Parts: sequence; C-alpha cells; structure tokens
Amino acid sequence: MASLRDLKRRIKSISSTQKITKAMKAVAAAKMRRAQDSVLAARPFARRVRDVLGRVGSASVGMKHPLLAVREPQKVAYIIVTADRGLCGGFNANVIKMGVQEIKKHPDADLITIGRKGRDFYRRRGYNIAQQYIGTAKADISLTNEVARFVIDKYAAEEYDEVYLIYSRFVNVLVQRPVVQKILPVEPPEGEADEKKVDYIFEPDAETIMDSILPMYIQNALFQSLLETNAGFYSAQMTAMDNATKNASDMIDRLTLSMNLARQAAITKEISEIVGGAAALE
Amino acid sequence: MAEEKLQRLEVVTPQERVYSQDIRFVVLPGAEGELGVLPEHAPLVSALKTGLVRVQNEGNTLKIAVSGGFAEVRNSKVTVLANAAEREDQINIERAKAAKERAEQRLAAKDPDIDLIRAEAALKRALNRLRATGQA
Repeated sequence: MASLRDLKRRIKSISSTQKITKAMKAVAAAKMRRAQDSVLAARPFARRVRDVLGRVGSASVGMKHPLLAVREPQKVAYIIVTADRGLCGGFNANVIKMGVQEIKKHPDADLITIGRKGRDFYRRRGYNIAQQYIGTAKADISLTNEVARFVIDKYAAEEYDEVYLIYSRFVNVLVQRPVVQKILPVEPPEGEADEKKVDYIFEPDAETIMDSILPMYIQNALFQSLLETNAGFYSAQMTAMDNATKNASDMIDRLTLSMNLARQAAITKEISEIVGGAAALE
Repeated sequence: MAEEKLQRLEVVTPQERVYSQDIRFVVLPGAEGELGVLPEHAPLVSALKTGLVRVQNEGNTLKIAVSGGFAEVRNSKVTVLANAAEREDQINIERAKAAKERAEQRLAAKDPDIDLIRAEAALKRALNRLRATGQA
C-alpha cells in the first residue's frame, strides 16, 4: 500500500488540477452562451439568403454565371474549420477525421485550414495547404470574407473545379456534428414545391443581382461555419471540463478512502506495538 | 377609413436581425435610385447601394443605415439583406466621425499604397451613418 505521505501528495495535486478544470468549465460556459447567441442570431440571415437565392435562381433558370458553372472535378479544394485550441474532447478530432475521409476521394486536393488545430494536423501529415488562417475565437467576418474571396477567385479562374466546406455543426450543447457542404459550384437550393414561380422585376438586372447574391451566399456559408464551430467548441470544452472535474472528484474520494485506511492501519499497528511492548515488560 | 394595409419589413445582416415589423411604407436605397414600396407591390429584387432605408409607420419615420446587399419584395414582404445595417438609435456617432476623418485623411494623403476605392467606400459608409443620425 502506498505510503501516507504519497497519498496526501497525490490528493493535493489532483485537487489543484480540479481547480483548473473547474475554472475552465466556468469560462467555457460563459463564452458558450455568447457564441450560442450569435449562432442563433445569424441563422435568420442564412435562411433568408438561401430562400431568396432559391427563388431568384428558379426565376432565372438557364442563366450562365461563373459561380454556377459545373465542371468535371479535376482540382478540388477543401476548407476545413476547426478551433484554435484543444481540451475539448473529440471536437477537433471529429472534424479532422471527416476531412481525412473526404480528402481520400481527391488525394491531390488543396486544403484551406481555418483554426490552428486543423492546420497543425494536416501540416504534420504533409497535405497541400494552400492557405491557412488562425484566430477563430473572435468569429471575425473579415476573415471569412477573405477566405471567400480566395476561393471565388480561384474558382472563377478555373483553378478549382469544386470547393467543399468541412466544419462542425452546432446541434445543441451535447451534440456537434461534423458535416461536409459543397459550396462551389453553387447549387441553388430548391424552392418549396408548392410555391409558384415568381415573376420578379430585377433592378438593375438578374445578372447584377446574381453577382451580389452568390458571393454573399458563399461568404455567409463560411461565416456561419465559423460561428457554428465556435459555439460547438465551447460546448465541447465545457462538457469535457465538466467530466474532468467529476473524474477528479472521484479520484480524490478514492484516494481519501485509501489514505484513511492507511492511517487507521498505522494507528492500529502503533497501538499493538505499544501494547506488545508493555506486555513484554511485565 | 378602411383598414390600412400593412407590409412586413425585415432587415437582416449576417450578425443579427436588425428590424422586423409590420409597416406602412418604406423607401429603399436601390442601386438605380430610391424605391418607395407600399403593400402589395409587384415582386421585385433590387441591389442596394450604401444609403438609408426609411421606414414610415404611424407618422413616425425611422432611418436604418445599410451598406451592401439587396432587397426582395414579395407578397407584401420586404426583406433587406445587407452586409451591415444599423438603426439610427444603434449608431455610434463617435465611431462614425472617427471613421469619416480617417477616410478623409487617407483620401487626402494621395499615397499610392492607399486603396482609393476602399477609402471612398469607407467614407461613404461613415457619412451614411452620420446622415441617419442627422449629424451630417
């Protein structure tokens, strides 16, 4: 049995770890609430853009636009969104794993990583990283707009034939699901079946509208993915830190029990030695 | 007087929903000039320029500074999708003034490294915000 002093030292070290995990959990919970609010606030816009694009798209069928052009996929790019930091259970690993699976379909694909964890992983494995961005915690719209501009330019120049976005969707605090979304060529969402085709007046004309709505759609998809990642990251971190705190409590309980047993054994031994010593003197 | 017809106006940005209410009349800063929209307007999609959305409802006028984006009008529903939008009561006047000065300085500097188009767009946005609050 471990000595009393060792047990005491281990309990002390675990309880200081527990203090840290507890603090991290509290911080993650506070940040999660904010990140969650911004995801929910951003969803109406994403839905409206998709609705309008669907209706305008079906009202102007047959239109040729460089961002709608479907080509044989020769060169593919993946945008992979992870968090910058770890200590969040399998959150980043799940996205990365899905990325690895997807890239198998196009082994010479270019990667655009957003977030430090994804970058580190893919760089270490020697994937082609075309662009890398870190600093996801701020959910900065200018960052995602820069990424959008990059892929749109590459797509328009026919350097990329397809662009996919891989990120973790925030379902709820306990569930974050990694998803793959094709963002280029843009596939206008289907309008609702019961909806009649709307005969729009376009001002100035349908091309100009498409020129503004398509990039907006892509920018928004990227921005949304960053918000979802943030909310998911803090939820995952909160859950992970909660588990860590609970495990620390369990360990402290077990160690305290063995420490008490050890102490009692020591006392019993001491008493029996004294009694034995006194008996020997008689 | 007959029951007044209303239309729903929604102004949304990537970050949040700025405005959502039933209103009587709205003026949009269309790319081809200002557009007044009453309920039961024909379906319309218009690009927007940096400018003011003016909402008239029960005799009050509310100004919303918007930049970049477009508007869809359909079934007495006006949806404004903008990169940025602020109601007049949300605008930070100090910030807008600072942005205006910064943009003016950049334009006056005639430095070849400065992107004039961007500086001009920034100046336009700042002036637009100030106009919404009646400061310029």
